[in-house]
Amino acid sequence: MTGSLSLLYAVPVMLALGAVALVTAGASSALEARERGRPARTGLAVPLQETARLLLQRPRRTVSADRLLWRSASSAVIPLAVLIVAFVPLGSHALVDNPVGLVWVNALDVVAWGVMWLLGWGPNSVTGLIGGYRFLAMALAYELPLMFAITAPAIAAGSLDLAEIASAQEGLWFAAWAPIAFAAYCWGVLGFSVRAPMDAGAGGDLNGGILAELAGVDRLLVLAGRYALLVAGSAAAVPLFLGGGAGPLLPGWCWVLVKTLLLSVLLTAGGRRIPTLRPDRLLELGWVVVLPLVVAQDLVVSILAIQSN
Amino acid sequence: MSVELTDVAFWACAVIAVVAGALVFYVDSMARATYALAVSFVAVGVAVLLLGQAYMGAIVILMMVMEMAVMAVYMVMFMGMNPALMPMSMVHSHRSAIGTAVITFVVLGAGAVLVPWPVRRGAPPADVTAALGQATMETHMLVMVAMSPVMVATIVAGVVLSSHRSRYDRLGDDLDRRPADEPHQGGVGR
Repeated sequence: MTGSLSLLYAVPVMLALGAVALVTAGASSALEARERGRPARTGLAVPLQETARLLLQRPRRTVSADRLLWRSASSAVIPLAVLIVAFVPLGSHALVDNPVGLVWVNALDVVAWGVMWLLGWGPNSVTGLIGGYRFLAMALAYELPLMFAITAPAIAAGSLDLAEIASAQEGLWFAAWAPIAFAAYCWGVLGFSVRAPMDAGAGGDLNGGILAELAGVDRLLVLAGRYALLVAGSAAAVPLFLGGGAGPLLPGWCWVLVKTLLLSVLLTAGGRRIPTLRPDRLLELGWVVVLPLVVAQDLVVSILAIQSN
Repeated sequence: MSVELTDVAFWACAVIAVVAGALVFYVDSMARATYALAVSFVAVGVAVLLLGQAYMGAIVILMMVMEMAVMAVYMVMFMGMNPALMPMSMVHSHRSAIGTAVITFVVLGAGAVLVPWPVRRGAPPADVTAALGQATMETHMLVMVAMSPVMVATIVAGVVLSSHRSRYDRLGDDLDRRPADEPHQGGVGR
């Protein structure tokens, strides 16, 4: 792990994660305000108002809830996003430089399975439990395409090191080389951050599903954590598909930040325009349509990679 | 200094792995047992990472957490009385299990203590992951390659034999019914 950034950088990196998450949340609220016929600017401050409201709200208790597991789950969402961001290279180095950083990012997004299911199971509430299982059903659909999607940049760069993958895109971004893999990856990011249109697990028809019984600080941690996960997924997409810190004029870390912000806002805004996907119909779509497409994409990338060698 | 820190972290992970593993049989809820097992495996993954096997460590954590989540799906799918939602004992055949565990522990522990461990010869290779893969697979690669299609065929055959609906139920006697008659429509509309 030589060459990692000093741990002193952890504080500004985490502040940047929080800031990007806040801007994304503000953009999402602004869009929601406009959809409801109010001026968009009235939505911008909603995340801050909501934070203040939730900090003052009393926690909710449900009958025979498994409080240990429930609280562990609501506290785990933000650390999960932080750990993913720690592996993302900002310019030439990450907080944790690792020769298999890509596998760690993948392992961490799988941990979201355990956390989201537990959020639904913990409160001993029927809507929460259904929400948790809806999440798992959708996770089964998106996870395999996601895994094969991140295989494409790894094959193209011949490395599992995120910094090496970023620097292998000197000529052309992998998003242009492997657009299907990029799309499948973005789908997965919306999936593990439970955002529209992959938000059936937290759907309004379930009274909030995995969010239904959450109140006060726990709710704040999970709502903020979902945005943080979306931002962390977007940040990981930057070295994987969007050329890392490469760009004119600005330093590398600045480009990583800009690309992360743009992608997370685009994913939020784009996702809101699609109706919520049905979990019972998604597995077949994921495995019969998307998975073969992504595997074919990997084949194309492999052939191109062999030829360019 | 850094070597000592690594040692402390390794032993901490080892203790967490054993304690969380024991908790699996102590707690009275299926969910707590599942997550205790997940914590145990994550600690094993970190210990493997500390042994310099970064790739194996990440893979252990990835596979095991996913497996625990899939186990949660099966828990509700196959168990009629839903043990996930009510307290239940996590042990059965209590006495014989304790006897077996004690004997196994004594035999393995005695082996670890009494066997004369070989002294290290040479140095670890630069890429330990590749070395581990070669050491475990090199001479068995043909067997492994032949095994995988056989295993997949076994899984498919098992599912086909155990399913009470065949393709004739789905597609009709002449296999020409479109769309298929499914108890549960998928998203593609086949």
